[in-house]
This record gives sequence, structure tokens and C-alpha cells, in this order.
Amino acid sequence: MSKKNHTANEEKILVRKTARRARRLRAEKVRLVLITVFAAFFAILFLLPTVLTLANSFMSSSEILANYGKIFSTTSTGGKVYIAEKVNLKFIPDMVSFSQYVTVLFKSPEYLLKFWNSVILVVPIVGFQLLVASLAAYSFTRYRGRFKEVIFFLYTILMLMPYQVTLVPNYLVSGWLHILNTNWAIWLPGIFSPFGVFLLTKFMRRIPVSVMEAAKIDGAGEWQIFSRICMPLCKGALYSIAILVFIDYWNMVEQPLILLSDAEMHPLSVFLSKINKGEIGLAFAVATIYMIPSLLIFLYGEDYLVEGITYAGGIKG
Amino acid sequence: MKLSIKKKKQSEPQKTPRRQKNPVSWKERLISASFLAPSLIGVMAFFILPFLVVIYYSMIDNPINPSFVFLQNFVNVLNNTAFQKAASNTLQFSLVAVPLAVLLSLGLALLLNSKIPFRSQFRTFFLSPMMVPVASVVLIWQVLFHYNGVVNDFLGNFGVQAIDWLKSEHGKIVLVLLFLWKNLGYNMILFMAALGNIPQDILEVARLDTSSAAQIFVRIKIRYLSPTLLFVTIFSLINSFKVFREIYLLTNDYPYDSVYMLQHFMNNTFDNLDYQKLSAAAIIMAVVIVVLIGILFVAEDRFGKDVEG
Repeated sequence: MSKKNHTANEEKILVRKTARRARRLRAEKVRLVLITVFAAFFAILFLLPTVLTLANSFMSSSEILANYGKIFSTTSTGGKVYIAEKVNLKFIPDMVSFSQYVTVLFKSPEYLLKFWNSVILVVPIVGFQLLVASLAAYSFTRYRGRFKEVIFFLYTILMLMPYQVTLVPNYLVSGWLHILNTNWAIWLPGIFSPFGVFLLTKFMRRIPVSVMEAAKIDGAGEWQIFSRICMPLCKGALYSIAILVFIDYWNMVEQPLILLSDAEMHPLSVFLSKINKGEIGLAFAVATIYMIPSLLIFLYGEDYLVEGITYAGGIKG
Repeated sequence: MKLSIKKKKQSEPQKTPRRQKNPVSWKERLISASFLAPSLIGVMAFFILPFLVVIYYSMIDNPINPSFVFLQNFVNVLNNTAFQKAASNTLQFSLVAVPLAVLLSLGLALLLNSKIPFRSQFRTFFLSPMMVPVASVVLIWQVLFHYNGVVNDFLGNFGVQAIDWLKSEHGKIVLVLLFLWKNLGYNMILFMAALGNIPQDILEVARLDTSSAAQIFVRIKIRYLSPTLLFVTIFSLINSFKVFREIYLLTNDYPYDSVYMLQHFMNNTFDNLDYQKLSAAAIIMAVVIVVLIGILFVAEDRFGKDVEG
């Protein structure tokens, strides 16, 4: 009698449990859908400016003027002339036009010249900063002494200084070395920037000491340990630092403005901010062209960016 | 006291045994120093030595016929109303923007960490602002926040009066939005990486112990995230100084009072070639930043659990 009662009770509990589980699963599903919608909304909001730049670069200048004319005509004429009109944010051109690109690429060579200036300025900085930084990071990782810890702390503080603070020292040194108004004034401070050293050291210190010690016992010299063992292990970190450094310098504005007085030598990033005021149709096309290197590096290296920082989580060490 | 105990625990197991096993010879030290040499020479030449000169400049009255005035330049800068305005605006901006950037990106990371579809696509979307050239960002922000711009147009539908965003007290909102848009993506992937590194077995045990999601978050996740929290905060702080590039292009040399930042002050002083003022301002900024970072480090030492070992 009592036994029977017992099993009946158990069954009831079991039924209730499965019902509860089903309800919980359903609630979980609803939650996931809501999260997805929410995340999608913000993700698209973040993407819009990129899409807008891209879409507007394929519009003819008359279409651009019809869409944004009044915003940019008010700044030139002073008064608010077109108040009745509305601004159109248009993502699909009425007619796909390559006229802006034709102008940028074939009719006015100055854009390509400035683009080349950017390449000349940025590529050596990325390459040599990585080289100098990986050597220094290796040194900070192996044989840590008190002296090196102090220097590393100094690097950390320097890395945190905003450009407004390091600008004055940079300008002074460039003056002493007579490299003002040459590319060296941009290259040298960029190459010796402590940013890469800091991130790479963080990463290398996570590599188990035993890996390098084992190589040493096998008779490898420091250079071999560095180039054959340490560097391959840091591939992801190197990529992610390269991306960050590239994007930072590809968009530089203050440095060239102050250190290069000759506008002929300015990179496209500076020049772009000047044409904004004039022909904004062209500005969109130039911006799109300017985005291509970042885009390629990004598409190729995004996974490294995520992977490379996995080990760089902490700032102390 | 607590601080020093922790430090010892961290460094002892790494250093002492290694030194006993194989003492580092002077040759090895020399090789290791030579690896550091190129970087150290460069950093010395381009950052540290000139910074010492900046300190010297900040304490003299003029560079041609210098006489020592000690702290007079600092007093002048601190009493300068333009500097006060710029400093207070910048501080306000950083105090709002940096915590917001940290919290929102953590929230996004937690969202994207649940098992939703299109995760990697969303991640790419959030990172896309990093690619857009500064000048186009400025262009688009002008289209959005101009008096006749899209935002006013949109708000007009709800009967909100048009605001001249960049030329009013609301300018700061625009700047914070710009900063968040640019930086949330990278902060988010830093957090996602850290969340992925939390040992799953610990979370599993907590779940079996019927801990609620909130409990798991506060008791476990936050602790494992604390080094990343510090890193993201500092990274955001650095970037909050970098966003002045956009602000400067958006507002030109002499903007409305509410968006007059240290960047404007420094640039305008630079144009006047007033080295004494500039040096003093740079040193004040440097000191403030070192203090801020110091506070963050101490806070992390107090509250964070050292899980990295």
C-alpha cells in the first residue's frame, strides 16, 4: 500500500520535473532569441558608418549634394539656407557611379601620391617596431633582474602617456637631430614606441621557462632560442600587435601636422580631413580606398587579434 | 602591508629556484642586455632624455637667457583659465567615458558569450569602427549631429527641438558616443578572450551547487576577469586621450566651451611656441596620469584575486 503510494508520488514528481525542464528550455530559447536580436541591433548600428562610407563612394557628386548639400553648404555660406530640407542618409545609390573613383584614381594624382606617403610612413614603423620590440621583450623575459624590472616599469609608464605629453619631447629631439620635416621625424619615435615592447613582454612571460631552458641544454645559443623557439610561439601576438600599430599610425593626424611642415609629405589621413570641407563625394571615395589596407589586414588577421591577446590579459607581471 | 605580502608570493617561486639551478653568467647577462640595447637607446633618445629637458624647460623663464623660476610656470598654467577649462572638460569626459566603455564592453562580451548564432559576424561588426579612417568618422559624425543632421531630424519626429549638438552643452554627449563607438569592439574581444579562459570545471561545480547566474558572475567570473578589467580600463584611458584626434578635427581650433579639451590647449600653445607653458602642462598631465594608474594598480591589488600565478 505505502509502497504503491510512494511510486505514484515519484511519478508525479517526475512529471512535474520534465514539465519544468521543458518550460526552462523554452524560456532559454526565448532568451537566446532576445539576446540575438539585441546583439544584432547594436552590431548593425556599429557597422553602419562603414557601410555608409562605402555606399556613398558609389554615388555621383550631384546625388551626394542632393543628400548632404545643405549640411555642408551652411558651413561655407554661413547662414542656414536650406532649413526646410531634410538630410537623407542613403545606403543605396540611385545609380551606381564610379565617377568619384575615376576622379581620385586617374584625374588627380595627388590622392595616390598621398596614399603612397602613408605607406612610406607606416610600413617601416610597423616592421621595425616589431623587430626592436621583440628583441627587447625577449631580453625582459630572460634573466629578469631588478634593474630590468625598473626599466620595464618605466616603459609601462611611457606607454601610458598620451600623445600630447610625448609630443614636446619628440619635437625637441627632432630639432636637435635636424630631422624635422623629414620622414625620420615620424619613423624614429614610432619605431621606438614602448607599446609593442610592453604587449610582447606580457605575452612572452607566459611561455614556460622550461621550453627555453630545454633548448639551451640542447646547445642552442640565445639568438637561436630567440629566433627558432620564442618567435614562432609569439606569432599570434606579433600579428595582433602589428594590426594595432598599423591602425594607429595609418590614422595618424597630429604627428605629421606638427613634425612635417611640408604639406607635400603629409599622409592621406591628414589630407582626407582637409578635403572633407570641400568635395565630400570625393572624400567618401578616398576614404574607401584608404580603408582597403586596414580591411585586408583585418580580414586576414582578425583571428590572430583575438587569439594573440588571449595571453596578454594582465597588465602586471 | 597586504601589498608586500602578495608581491613576495608572486615572485618567489619563479626567481629563487631558477637562480639556484643555474647562476646567470656575465656572458649571458651581456647577451641579454644586447637584445635590449636597440630599444633602450631609442627610448632614451626619443622619450626619456628629452623629457628631462622638458622638466628643465618647465622650470626656467625663457630658453634664450634662462633663469631658474622653479614652480612659477606650473602656477601660471594652473591659474590659466583656458587650461582649467580644458583640464576639467577632459577629466569629466574621461571619468564618464572610460567607466562606460568598460561596463558596456563587458556587457557585450557576456552577451556574445552565450550560444547565439552569428557570433563571429557580430564580433567583426563591433570591430569595424577600428578600420574607418578618422577623417570619415568625422565626416559621418558631422552628418549625424549637424543642426540639420540626421539625429535632429529623427528626434524631431518625437517633438524634440533641434539642438546644435557640437555648439552646446550637449557636445560632450556626442564625444562620449563617438568614443564608445570606436572603442567598445576591441574592449569587448579582450573580455571575450578572458571569459573564454575561465576554467570550465569551476563554473560547472558552481552550477551543480545550484549557484545562480548572478552569484557565478560576482563570485567567480569577476575575480578571473580582474586583470583584464584593469587592462581594459587602462587601455580605455589611453584611448580616451587618443579620441581627441577626432574631437579636434570635429571642432577645429577654438570650439564651444563644453568641448574645449586639453588637446586644443596643447595645440594652441604649440602654435604660439610657448615652451615653458607647454612643458609645464605636459608634466602636469603626466603626473595626473601616473597617479591615476597608481590608483588603478592598488585597487587591483586589493580587490582582484591573482589567478594568473
